[in-house]
Formats: sequence, structure tokens, C-alpha cells
Amino acid sequence: MRAKLLALMTCSAMTIAATAQAETLTIATVNNGDMIRMQKLAGAFTEQHPDIELEWVTLEENVLRQRVTTDIATKGGQYDIMTIGTYEVPIWAGQEWLVPLDFEADYDVDDLLPAIRAGLSVDETLYAAPFYGESSFVMYRKDLFEEAGLEMPEAPTWDFIGEAARKITDKDNEVYGICLRGKAGWGENMAFLSAMANSFGARWFDMEWKPQFDQPEWKDALQFYIDLMNDAGPPGASSNGFNENLALFQTGKCGMWIDATVAASFVSNPDESQVADDVGFALAPDKGLGKRGNWLWAWSLAIPAGSQKTEAAKTFIAWATSKAYSELVAEEEGWANVPPGTRTSLYENPSYQEAAPFAELTLKSIQAADPTSPTVEEVPYVGVQFVAIPEFQGIGTAVGQQFSAALAGQASVDQALSNAQALTEREMQKAGYPK
Amino acid sequence: MARAVSTRTRLVFTLIGWLVGFLIFFPILWTVLTSFKSEGTAIATPPQFLFFQWTAENYIEVNSRSDYLKHFMNSVVISLGSTLLGLVIAIPAAWAMAFAPTKRTKDVLLWMLSTKMLPAVGVLVPIYLLFRDAGLLDTRIGLTFVLTMANLPIIVWMLYTYFREIPGDILEAARMDGASLAKEIIYVLTPMAVPGIASTLLLNIILAWNEAFWTLNLTAAKAAPLTAFIASYSSPEGLFWAKLSAASTLAIAPILILGWFSQRQLVRGLTFGAVK
Amino acid sequence: MATLQTRASARLMMTPAVVLLLLWMAVPLAMTLYFSMLRYNLLMPGMEEWAGFLNYRFFLTDPAFFTGLLNTLLLVGGVLVISVGGGILMALLLDQPFFGQGIVRLMVIAPFFVMPTVSALVWKNMLMHPVNGLFAWIARTFGLQPMDWFGEAPLFSIVLIVSWQWLPFATLILLTALQSLDTEQKEAAEMDGAGAISRFVYIVLPHMARAITVVVLIETIFLLSVFAEILVTTNGGPGVQTTTVTYLVYVQALLQFDVGGASAGGIVAVVLANIVAIFLIRLIGKNLE
Repeated sequence: MRAKLLALMTCSAMTIAATAQAETLTIATVNNGDMIRMQKLAGAFTEQHPDIELEWVTLEENVLRQRVTTDIATKGGQYDIMTIGTYEVPIWAGQEWLVPLDFEADYDVDDLLPAIRAGLSVDETLYAAPFYGESSFVMYRKDLFEEAGLEMPEAPTWDFIGEAARKITDKDNEVYGICLRGKAGWGENMAFLSAMANSFGARWFDMEWKPQFDQPEWKDALQFYIDLMNDAGPPGASSNGFNENLALFQTGKCGMWIDATVAASFVSNPDESQVADDVGFALAPDKGLGKRGNWLWAWSLAIPAGSQKTEAAKTFIAWATSKAYSELVAEEEGWANVPPGTRTSLYENPSYQEAAPFAELTLKSIQAADPTSPTVEEVPYVGVQFVAIPEFQGIGTAVGQQFSAALAGQASVDQALSNAQALTEREMQKAGYPK
Repeated sequence: MARAVSTRTRLVFTLIGWLVGFLIFFPILWTVLTSFKSEGTAIATPPQFLFFQWTAENYIEVNSRSDYLKHFMNSVVISLGSTLLGLVIAIPAAWAMAFAPTKRTKDVLLWMLSTKMLPAVGVLVPIYLLFRDAGLLDTRIGLTFVLTMANLPIIVWMLYTYFREIPGDILEAARMDGASLAKEIIYVLTPMAVPGIASTLLLNIILAWNEAFWTLNLTAAKAAPLTAFIASYSSPEGLFWAKLSAASTLAIAPILILGWFSQRQLVRGLTFGAVK
Repeated sequence: MATLQTRASARLMMTPAVVLLLLWMAVPLAMTLYFSMLRYNLLMPGMEEWAGFLNYRFFLTDPAFFTGLLNTLLLVGGVLVISVGGGILMALLLDQPFFGQGIVRLMVIAPFFVMPTVSALVWKNMLMHPVNGLFAWIARTFGLQPMDWFGEAPLFSIVLIVSWQWLPFATLILLTALQSLDTEQKEAAEMDGAGAISRFVYIVLPHMARAITVVVLIETIFLLSVFAEILVTTNGGPGVQTTTVTYLVYVQALLQFDVGGASAGGIVAVVLANIVAIFLIRLIGKNLE
């Protein structure tokens, strides 16, 4: 009896000692599938590092962005690791809000895809480690293309896309040639439209930070988009975002869909998608001007500068973005579920190539995007489908509202563009540009 | 017997009543049904009503992914705490307004209500800074305080209107008997106002439970209530209808059950002095 | 009478509530006023400088501001009309004896317990979506063209969603008022040969006037700050058709992180809300006596 009690006491004393030493990392992250998986597999990390405990704050993208931005800007100190995107990193790093990341040699930082690494670095210093990366490309229905006697080239032009979309459309049977984003928002329709406009040779600002919506390139791009959607798009397109289009595509309502490369694994998953067997992929279209209409994004892990637990946080980030983590996911859930788009080695791995038929095109799409030189002409900003300045979220959303009005048929293309020009000029003036 | 209703009229009203009730309830019913579907079935067209493969996988997934009980307890503590604290502050104030009114009483009341009109999102940064300095970020105490303040005007107003219906003579009689003010309020007024207090309590618990701005923006891991639980299931990349429905069902269920069971109490005191 | 003493203690009793609310209102308000005069963006620390009324100028001359103002009024007004009108009908219906009345009443009040973001998501994607939604399926079953709710009538769609959330509240309060109506009074009118409609107009409606006032006042307070529903469904678009003043403040605060602009917007919103409140009280204040 006494021995038992003694054992129990030492036991609890030891637990107390252990918990006293343990550091708790609070990790803020997005509720996307890959992060949920990381949360599930984090047991493997805490086993290796019994002195570190993890606490998760998982939120939808918009709420997460509000919360981490408010926190880091006011130095609230609620999080030790934040999940942020390629939009935030250059801005935050410029404010010295992020801890520079240097990893041990076995992390193999040179293995990171150059485009992604460039997007997360400022002056060659890495400020956030990519957890998964994505570009955008064309997903299409092979069966519908075959029926229509069309063949999708690996690198289509916009003209071909337009023609094919109109040919496939069969509104009576609820088959729409193309589904594209239309819901207003800087991360919604403007992500797609900015990237598309790049391939038309348009740009957000010239080198003097003057908005460019009054230029013919924007008019061409927007007119093409509106005409295409009117002829071959689904009803209600002006409120469709990524998820609405995903649902449409998975239920067989879309002939083509140009969106994030991560969608490839959803649309080709037979548990969710009714068209899983018929999906093909192609690079985002171009206009023969040397740029394709695809974007670049990487959800990445970063450490806020005020954190007291920098070392533990670095250890976790190194684990979550390592090659070993990819292998762990492959072992537990199969290669198809490994977070994509961050490391060259993954794309050289034959097991991955086999499990993910879209791997090669994803890689090519990512390589085709260059955040420092997004469009045909020179620009003063960084970012493909966004402009990495603090004012962009608001401006992008307001411009997105104008373009969604044009899509809904409530404004003409010219009206939408001149409104966009006026409001962007106004906001830039308010923000004190050119700087 | 003017109030006697013929069976036919009764049947007609039964039909209309059920139809309207069903229509209003339908979105919730649909959410609950969807929570038992697989993600693929949830977006199927034509929609499937009852004859689909029922599954509990979403509930299992939701439970393995997040700590429902923690969020639930936070919601309970915060909404109950803020309401009780609000009542403690509001009962004396409402007493004063109802039984010792001055010319300015109505102005004070309207001013209190007007504090609710400042859009929360406009004062987020000031509050966030204050909370950071006071160490109240991500604490139940901080959130309880915020929700108390947010709902206090409504609590004062509801109680005031209810108290006004209580005849002042009774209180005066108690005072004549030598009861102190505290005793007067605790032993005489409060028992008489139980229906009003009960419905104030219930209404404010509901309002606090559903408050989704402060509860989302001032918490992180420790004090996050069910609104944050929902936010971790809405709009990820990929299909989420079934899982969101399951999470919503879990988040709504406790308050819905509370509301249903206490319906009578809720209604009885919900007069805002509207009944004379 | 012990009025003097009562007065004194009354003041004492009100102190906690008044002081707390004063602090709750005054401290953030003072900070907001101060911030509204600064050029202050959270994302550009160290750049704060005095800006005078610059933020107000930008907020008030925003081309979306006027539409936003109008949309706010339309949203609040629309929801009030639907929820109060619907609430009166629901109250009259639920006042009739019929089978399973209790269960129907439970079903009717249920939407009040659903969080705004969830109901907006459910309505938008599961019910109103023109391709995958249930309404579209119903329309097609009857051979009709499905309606593109958020494209063709975006503000109305949002009004509908918000009304659905507030209908139960109106119904509950109006039902309580209705049930307190003297049956004798109604019977007397019936004896005098008054028809159902004139009974409703001359007896029932005046009796409910005060309850209606209460519903209008409380709902207005909450409706002025609606923005979660807009954010989830349309992001203020297409164009500025669903942009309200609160949504504009949200854009300043949580998209631009422009504290100065958001503060100015917040102050403008408070002023507007108070104008609405004064107007409202003038209009219906007598019912509150």
C-alpha cells in the first residue's frame, strides 16, 4: 500500500517536473486539409520532443488573417507560430515582425522550389518556411472534350479556351463550358483576374505607382472574361468562389475550371467527385505574350518577432516542413496526400509521381510564376495575383466588387474599369503614393 | 360560446400552422440532415432528403479534430457568467429607474441603449490594445466582461420595463417595516420579478452564446468558445458542407434545447412592459 | 415620504451600471476619436502622424459611402418590415388553437438560436445557389428558370436571410402581447358585430403597438451592425449593391488595417446610428411611455 502510494507520489512529482519544463507552442493555422493532417500527425513530433506541447488554433482563412494580423501588429503575443501566405511575408518581414529562419544542413533549404523560396524571402533571407505551395491551372473534363471532338493541348491559349468553352456548353443539360471565380474579394475573383490579366500584358501599377485600369490591356482581359462567362459560364457566377466552383465541377456541371492546383486532388478523388475518372489537366492559358495566367501562393509557417519560444518554434517548423514529414504523411496516408508544391525532391520521387498524376503540371505551373516579375512589363511591386502592399486587401476587394458587378450584368466593362481606376487612384493617394 | 372553434377551422389552422412552421424550420432541419451525409452526398443534385447512406463519420471527424467540450465549457462560462454579472449590476439600476424615476431616467436609458450602436469593428483596435496591456486577451474573464458590457443595456431595459409593472406600494410597505434597501431588493422585489428576470437571463444567454465578433477576435486557444469551433470548419479549401453541418448542429444543439425547454419562462417575462 | 433618502440610494444603485457603461463607452470612444485624427495603419508602425480630418474626408467622400448609407437603411428597413409584418401574422396564427401548437411554436423560434455566419453559409450554398441549391432544384422541378439570388437581387437576398434570423424574436414578443389581450374585449367587439378585419385593426393592432415599438427598437440596434452575413455571401458586391456603412468600416479595419480610417468610419457610424435613434424615438417614442 505504502509502496504504491510512494510510487504514485514520485510519479506525479515527475509529471509536475516534466510539465514545468514543457513549453507550450500556440500555433495558428488555416483549416485546409493539409494543415488538419499536420495537426493529426503532430503526435509524432511531441513524442520526439516531450518538452514541447502544442496548442492549435485552427480557423478559416479570413478569420485567421484578421486575427494574426491584429495580433502581430499590436504585439499581442498570443501565437508562437503563425500560418501566413506569400502576401504577408514581404510586408511583415519589411517591418521586422518575423524571425529570420536558418535551419540545420539536413533541412536542405536548397531543396525548396526556387519560385516559392523567392516569394518567402526578403534580401535572400528566408522569413517563413513553406508548408504547401500552389499555383493555378486548367482542370477539364476529358469525356466532354472527346465528345466535342476537341483536344486540350498541354499549354493552351486563351483563344482555344474560349472556343472550347463555348462549344462544350450545353445549358439545357446544365453543362457549362467554364467555371471561373466571380465572387468579389482580393483573394477571390481578383486572384484569378489579376493572374489572367498578367497574361494579357496588363498590370496593376506602372513604375510610378499609377493604376493601370485605364489601359487597353485591362479592357481586353476583362472583356474577354465577361464575354466568356456570359456565353459559357454557370448562372450565379458573380457569387462563386473556390468552393462553389469546386462543388459545381465535382457534380459534373463544368467543362473546365481554372483554379488552384490543390483542387486537383479533390476533383480526382472518387469519394467526393462524380467526375474523378475523367479529369485532365493543362497549364494556365496564355496570349502569346510570354506570361501565363497562373498565380503563386504558399501557406507558410513563420515565427513572430516577439515570441519567447523561438527555439522550440523553429524546431517545430523544421519538422513540419521537412522531407521527413513528407515521408511520414506518405507512410500514414499515402503519397497523394503529401503537402505539394514546396520541395524539388518531392517531384523527383517516383512514388509521388505515380500517386499524383497532376504532379508534373503542378510543378511546371509553379515554375512558370515569378512573383518578382509577374507580368509582361516592369512593375514596382512583388506578387503575381496580388500586390504586396498593406493597402492591397482593401483596394483589391473594392476593385473585385466592380468586376463582379460587370459579371452580374449591372455595369458595363468600361464603367467597371473606370470605377476601378478612380477608386484605386483615390486609395493610393490616401496612402501617400508614390513613395 | 363565442370562442368555441369548429373542428374544421381547427384543422385548417393545424395545416397552415404546420406548413409555415416546417418552412421556417427547414434550413435547420436541412443542416441536421446534411450532417449525417458524406461530403459527396451533401452536394448531390437532385438533393437527397431521407434516403441516403446515413453516416456518423462527420461527428467522429469533428470530435477527433477539435475539443468540443473545451469550447462548449467556454461558451457556457462566458455566456452564463456575463449574464449573471450583468444581472447583478442591472437589478439595482433598474430598481432605481423604476421606483425612483427622475426627469433624466428616460434619457439615461436611451443613452445606455445607444452605447450598443458603436460598431464593434470600429473599436476593435482600441479594445485589443487595452486588453493586451491588461493581460486579458484570450481569457474567459476578459470575454465575460466584454459581453457583460455589450448586453448590459438590454438587460437594464428589460428589467426596468418589467419592474415598472410591479406596484410600488408593496415595496414601500416593506420599507415601512424597516427592511433595508438591500433586503427590499433581494427579498421583496426579486421574488416578485422572477418571470422578468428569468426571461432576461435566457434572452441574454442566447445573445451571448451567438456573439461572434468579440468572441472570435479576442480569443486564441484557451478561452475560445463555440463560435471559434464553427470558424474552424467553415470554408476551407475543399468540400465542407457535411462537416460544417455537424459542427453547427453540435454548436446550436445546447442553446436550442435550452431555449425549447425554457420557452414558457422566456415568453412569460418577454413583455418589455408591452402588456398592461 | 423617504424620497430624499430614496433618491440618494437610487443614485447609488445606478452608479455601477452607469459608471461601467460610461467607461465602456467613453474609453474606446475617446481612443477612437483620437485615432480618427491620425494617419495610423497597423501594418505601417512608426508612421503615425497627425492627419486632422483627412480620414473623415476620405470616408465621407468615398463613392461607396452614399450607397452604403442607403443600403444600410434598406437593409434595416427591409428586415424590420418583413420580420414585424411576418411576426404579426405568425403571432396571430400561433394564437389560434390547433393540434401540435407547441411543436410548431418551437420550430418557429428555432432560427433565433443559429449563429449568423452559419445561417448565411447554409442559405447561400445549400438553399439559394442557382445550380446546386435546393431552391434551384425546386424551380427546375416545376420547369422554371432558377433564380440567381445573389446576382439579381443581392441586397434582397441578404434581407431575407437576416429576416429569417429575426422573425422568431418578433414573433415571440408579439405573441406575448397578443396573448395578454383581454378576451372579454374581443368578445364584446364580436358581439357588436365587428368583423375579423376591423377587430384586428381597431383592437388587436393598437394593443400590440407598444410591443411593435420594442421590436423595432431592439432589432434596429442589432441590425445596424450586421456585416457577417454580407461578408460570407457577397463581400459587399456585386458593385457596391450590398455594401453597408458597417461593411465599409469593416473594410477599413480588418482588410486595410487602417486604424485611422476605421476610427473615422466608426465615429461616422455612431453619429448616424444616433440620428436614426433620435428619429425613431421621435416617431414611436410615445409608445414607450
